[in-house]
This record gives sequence, C-alpha cells and structure tokens, in this order.
Amino acid sequence: MRKLLNILPFIFVSFFVHAKTIKVGKLHEYTSIQQAITGAQAGDTVLVETGVYKEKNIVISKPIYFIGLNFPVLDGESKYEVVSIKCNGVVIDGFKVIHSGVSSIEDFAGIKIYNCRDVVVKNNILDDTFFGIYAQQATNCTIEKNTLKAYAEQEQQSGNGIHCWKSDSMKIIANTVSGHRDGIYFEFVTNSIIWRNTSFNNMRYGLHFMFSNNDSYITNIFKNNGAGVAVMFSNHVKMIHNYFEENWGDAAYGLLLKEISDSYISNNRFTKNTTGIHMEGTSRIVMENNVFENNGWGLKIQASCMEINLINSNFIGNTFDVGTNGSLVLNTFNNNYWDKYDGYDLNKDKIGDVPYRPVSMYSMIIEQTPPAMILFRSFMATLLDKTEKIIPTLTPENLKDDNPLMKPLSL
Amino acid sequence: MIIATNVSKKFGKLKALDNVTVTCNKGECIALIGPNGSGKTTLIKSILGMVVYNSGFISFNGKNILHDWQYRSQIGYMPQIGRYPDNMTIGQMLEMMKDIRHNKNIILDEELIQQFKLNELLEKRMRTLSGGTRQKVSAALAFLFNPDVLILDEPTAGLDPVATEILKEKIIAEKKKGKLILITSHILSELDDLVTQVIYMQDGVLKFHKSIEDLRAETGQEKLAKAIASVMVKM
Amino acid sequence: MKKIIKYVIIDILRNKIMLAYTLFLLLISLSVFNLEDNSAKGLLSLLNIILIIVPLVSILFSAIYIYNSAEFLELLVSQPLKRKTIWLSVFVGLAGSLALAFFVGAGIPILLYEATATGIMMLGIGLILSVIFVAIAMLAAVKTRDKAKGIGVTILLWLYFSLLFDGLVLFLLFQFADYPMEKAMVGISTLNPIDLSRILILLKMDVSALMGYTGAIFKNFFGTQIGVALSFIILLLWIVIPTWLSLRKFNRKDL
Repeated sequence: MRKLLNILPFIFVSFFVHAKTIKVGKLHEYTSIQQAITGAQAGDTVLVETGVYKEKNIVISKPIYFIGLNFPVLDGESKYEVVSIKCNGVVIDGFKVIHSGVSSIEDFAGIKIYNCRDVVVKNNILDDTFFGIYAQQATNCTIEKNTLKAYAEQEQQSGNGIHCWKSDSMKIIANTVSGHRDGIYFEFVTNSIIWRNTSFNNMRYGLHFMFSNNDSYITNIFKNNGAGVAVMFSNHVKMIHNYFEENWGDAAYGLLLKEISDSYISNNRFTKNTTGIHMEGTSRIVMENNVFENNGWGLKIQASCMEINLINSNFIGNTFDVGTNGSLVLNTFNNNYWDKYDGYDLNKDKIGDVPYRPVSMYSMIIEQTPPAMILFRSFMATLLDKTEKIIPTLTPENLKDDNPLMKPLSL
Repeated sequence: MIIATNVSKKFGKLKALDNVTVTCNKGECIALIGPNGSGKTTLIKSILGMVVYNSGFISFNGKNILHDWQYRSQIGYMPQIGRYPDNMTIGQMLEMMKDIRHNKNIILDEELIQQFKLNELLEKRMRTLSGGTRQKVSAALAFLFNPDVLILDEPTAGLDPVATEILKEKIIAEKKKGKLILITSHILSELDDLVTQVIYMQDGVLKFHKSIEDLRAETGQEKLAKAIASVMVKM
Repeated sequence: MKKIIKYVIIDILRNKIMLAYTLFLLLISLSVFNLEDNSAKGLLSLLNIILIIVPLVSILFSAIYIYNSAEFLELLVSQPLKRKTIWLSVFVGLAGSLALAFFVGAGIPILLYEATATGIMMLGIGLILSVIFVAIAMLAAVKTRDKAKGIGVTILLWLYFSLLFDGLVLFLLFQFADYPMEKAMVGISTLNPIDLSRILILLKMDVSALMGYTGAIFKNFFGTQIGVALSFIILLLWIVIPTWLSLRKFNRKDL
C-alpha cells in the first residue's frame, strides 16, 4: 500500500498534465539548471547533460524529475548547499554532487530534503560534501544507490553521510558511504528501513541511531568505522543479517547498544572487532543465530542489562567470549556453540552435559585492572582460569549456558 | 723450560699452593713427591692452565702462560683419573684428539696404542672401560702428539705390571730424547730408575728441589724411598 | 671451533633424551593440529608448549649436559685450545641441537598446518627461547659447582621466569591499580624473555582485544616495526648477556 502511495503522485501528474522534457546543456535552450527549473512545470523532466555546473544553491520547489546524463557535476564551490529539495515528489537521479559548503552553524548538505514527502534521491555520486544527503522532517522518501564519499579528518568538522532527522517511513537502500562523521545517522526517525548499505571508514559510527523507534536495518555491511555502530535510546529495532567487521579501538564496538529495549538481533556476523556487541541499560532483547568470530570480546554485558536472551549463536576464535562488570545476571544464555567449551557429551545428543561459563576469571581481572592484559595467556593466567573453573569465586555464578552445543551451527 | 715464580693458590681458606717457586729444564725427569693434599696436582693443573692461580706467575719457554693457550700443544698430560665423555668410543676419542691437535709438523707417536693393544678396543665406549684401560688410553693420548713436555699424574696407578713396565720403558725412551718429564707418584720405588730430580711438597709449600745424586749423597741412601724417608725424619 | 662444535653436537644427538624431546614435540604439535577443529585453537595449545615446555627442557637439558660433561670440558681445557673457544662451542652445540629439535618437532608441523604470520612468529619465538634458556642454564651451571644444587637452581629459574615473575607483576598491578601502569608494564615485560615473547605472539593472535585502551599502548609500542625490532634486540640481549657472563666465569674457573 505504501508503495502504491509512493508512485501515486507521479501517476497522477502524468495523467493529467502533458509532461515535457527540458534539456540543459551547452547546445541546448537552457545552459543554466536553475533557469530550466524555473521554466519547468510540475511533472516535467529536467534532463541535464554532462558538464560542470557552478550554480550556487539549486532549489527545487516543483515536483519534477531532475535527471543527470552521464553524471553532470554540480559544484557547490565549498560555499553553498548544492541541491535543496523543498517540494513533495521530486526525483533526483544521476548527478555528481561535489564540494558543498562547510559550516559549523548551518548543516550544509550535498542534497537536502526539507519538510516534504515522497522524494526519491537515487544513483547520485556525492564527493567531498559536508553532509551528504540530509532529510529533515521528511516522510516516505527513498534514498537509493547513492555513493557518498567525504574526507573527514576531525569529528567536529565533518558531517554525516545520510542524515535523517524527525522523519518517518524512510527507505535507505543500497548506498555506499565512507569518510564521513557517521555513515548513516537517524535521530527521531520512525518506521524506516535501512537495507543493503555499505558504510566504512567513517570517523565515528558506521550507523548511528538515536531516539528512533520501530526501524529495521537489514543486510548492511559496517566495516572499519571509528567506533562501529551505535544504537541508543530506541526501542523496537530489528537488526538482521548485518556484517560488523574490523571496528578496532578502546571505545569501538561492532555494535553498541545503549538504552535499547524490545529489539531483535538475528543472523548478524561480528568479525574482528575489539568488542562484538557492547550492551548497557539494555532490556528485553532476543539475540539468535548470530556469529561472533575473532573478536577481542564477543559480547560485553554490563550489569545494567536484563532479559537478554542469547540463543543459537556461534562463538568462535574470540579472545574472550563474554565480559561483564558485575555479578548480577538477569539474562539467559542457551543452546549456543562456544569453541572454548571443553565439556563432554556422553548421551550423544549433541548438547554438552556440563554447563559452559563464558566469562573467564581473567576477563574479570582485566575488567578491574586493564593493564593486566599484558599477562594474558601466561602460565599464571591459565592457572587462574583453570582454578576458577573448579572453584568459582570471581565470575558470576549464574552466567552460564546450560545447553552448550558440541558442534557449531551452520550460520 | 717451565719456571714458576711465587705461585699461590687458595681454595676457599685452604692454601693449595703457597709461594711455590720452581724451575724445570729440558732433559730432566722430575719426580713430584709429597703426601696426599700437598698440592702436587694443583701445581700440575696450574702449569696446564686448568687451575687459575691467585698470584705469582708461570712461564713456559719464557712466555707467561696466563691468557695463552698455544703452549699446551707442547705438553702431553696424563691425568690422575682419566675421565672422558661416556658416550664416545676409544676410536672416536683418539680421532677427536687427533682432529683437535692436528698439525702437519707433528709426527704421531702411536707406539703406546700398539703396545697396549688399544687398537683391538676401538669400538668400546668409554663408560664401559675398566680403570686400568682408561689409564692406558690416558697414557697413549699423552704421548700421541710427541710433545716436548710430559706431565704424568700418578701414571702407574691402576695399571697391571706388564703395562707399568711398558710405560716405564716409554718414559725412559722419551727422557733420552731430551724431553722434560714431570711425574707424581706415591709408589716411590717405581721412580728409582727414572728420575733425575726430586721436588718434595708438603701443605702447599715446596720443601726442597734437589737432584737425585745430591739426595743420595746427603742421606747415604741408594733407594729413593729410603732417602725420602730419612729426609722426612730429619724435618 | 668448528671441530669442537661438531663433537658437542654428535655427543648431544647421541643422547636419547634429545630424540624423546623431538618426538614429544612432534607428537603434540601434530595432534593439536589434527584434533582441533580450527587451527587457531591448535596454535593456542602450541603457545603453552612453547612458553612452558621449551624453556623447561632447554634449561634442564643444558644444565645437566654441562654437569655431565665436566670431564669432557676438563679434557678439552688441558688441550691447546682457548677456553673461550671451548665454552662458546659448547653453547653453540647445545643451542643448535635444541633449536634443531624444536624446529623438527614443532616448526615443521607449524609450517605445514599454519604458515601464517602468527605461526611464523611462534616458530621464531620458539627458536629464540630455546637459545635463551641454554644461555641461562650455562650461566647457572658455571656459577654453581655442585650438580644437585645447580639443577635445583635451574628449575627455580624456570619457575621464576614462567610463573613467579608474572605473579609478582600481577601483585604490583593490583597494588598500584590507581596509577597508570601501562607504560611501566612495557618496561617490566622486557625483564622476562618469556613475557616478552608471549606479548609478541599476543599481538598477532589477539590483536582485536589488544586494540582496547590498555592494549593500544602495548600495540603502539610492540606492534610497530621499531617495537618488534627492539623486542627482538632485547631477546638477543637475553642470549648475549648470560653467555658473556658465563664465559667470563668459565675463563676463571678451576677445573
């Protein structure tokens, strides 16, 4: 139904108005884009031929198709917001947007959507923009197949790649974002979907969620971002089939969950992160079918979390499987595969007969005294861990998987 | 040839050598005599550089032996108790020594090897040997490289009479070639036909160093054993 | 010198313990690589072997060898040979044999199953640790005349380097938990060749965890090329200094 709503304006426009195509280029009637837009009627197509256009701020305030042939360059000369969309139903497709203005007061963007709905931004290349594609109080817009690249050196002087604020029903699909502050940023955004994007080498987060409820992000790749992915102060978020890779650093996480509730995390893959998932103040989360591989810590659960349900996941090659800072455990671990499990399975039901305790003594020591990391894997650290297994004193008594799997799940 | 001047050596509080001064010349056969623990072996080991003395100095052919090692190529040493790597056979032992001391100018003297019939035992491992056979190996090694100086520490201990006789003949033959021979022994009667000089040591002190003729003249005793005994009584 | 090295090596290789050690390493490494599902876990098991068994065998075998070769050394010293030559030959012979045993027993399986950066680092570290503990054993043996006492000392030294030292460090860490100890830890770790070796391997094996705040300091020091070079120089010093001290002592020793 939503899809239908989405295309309805175009059908409407094309039926009742005889739409024409206005060409812009050196050999055509219009050489200036802004003039062409001024001359266009609602429903017309403004077709821009290849070339470099320095037209300060291009404002689109009519529902037109704004199409670029062979990526004409829209240059903001590092001073202006390049394209401003201020009307419902605009389609912008196939441009190369470069050098937007940089400001610490205004959020200059390559393409900015102002308070409107049903806008489509697709197949554009954004290079060296402050903010890339910025949606403000937008509804039901599609941002699809864009490539955004910036060259941020400092967090303060860089903007986000795809930035949505106070929006609803947004569709962010198959974009590639790199070199910004946050790759994709959501604040007060609801009922939206982020699907098949790649976000890498951003200064801060690959994806940053704040106060955004009822959203899903599916099959995205978040790689080598300064601090990984952060989902904060939100609820009812679905995170499915994403890849979180190589987010390295002290405050870097594959996924940071802070004040999250009622969410669902499944089929994700966390590889080579300092911490796979870090959770604090998080509650009522179901996590299943995830893979944690070669992370420093697979999972860090602060004592402020409750009702986390971790099931059917693989923990392989992590330095520490689970870390925690307290002894209170209100979470459930069940039916996971832990490669460090050295129990036995006498009745051959493929489930280990003794519980697995994923928190090692030494990880507790490191939590309290971080420099003790230097003694990790020493004879003494191993002895401490073995002793702890026999007589648990430091590690939380109840943090255990009662039904650890003997073989990894095929995920 | 070997001159020791004021050599002293302490092992902890024990004075093993106390200001020993001695001169040994070519062509002489010197008997080093004294009770157990009198410092004979320490003196020999000092000459060989195996014991590092605390003071004084020893010269070999006019050169200080401290920090030198090449002079040892002119010494054949037969230790009191021949101890060798257990796993080696006699054959390997001989090969190794030849290998280490190899030098074109040396004519190997294998007379003792043949006379002791060591050739028949080449495959035997050192740890399986009796004390006597070990002594034979030690003696054979000492003479093998035709050295100018022979230092024999209790050479006849543990040897059977036949072997003792062979060894004595060999010592006399080498003496005639003009070599310096230093012998320590408890069995003084064996030394009668061999020695030209006697050094007597007690508690690390060199008591006297005399030619055998002088000793005989002084004591009126023909046999070395008796001559020493009468000296000891006088002291 | 070559000649004596040859005889020392022939003598050691004839020793059955050496053969047993090689076979033991071979058995362990082949079984960890074959039994574990993922070879990274195999490497982890092998790490414990390298950090515990290799130093123990190296230090004990060398010390016992030196004591059992007293006669051999005595014989050599009475020959026209420099003491320095004799001692260094024994060192090279021992170090060479133990390194060879490690290479055959653990190195070849590593190259076959896990020829990654971590594997190669482990191989290198294992070889260096073998040599370091030969050097330490020779120093202990030359300083202690009595065999039983000497072997006791070497076992204590091994215990110190593989366990007690780390206990002390952990104690210090707890005592000074309120102070920034990270940089000091880098310095302290150079005082124990086993720790230094372990950290070098850790940087390959647990690099994700080491990217945390504390780890980052180690990573910044040990992880750079200069850091790695410096670490290897320190490990070499752990060979050179004990050898030099033992040589000095041996030159003045009464046999």
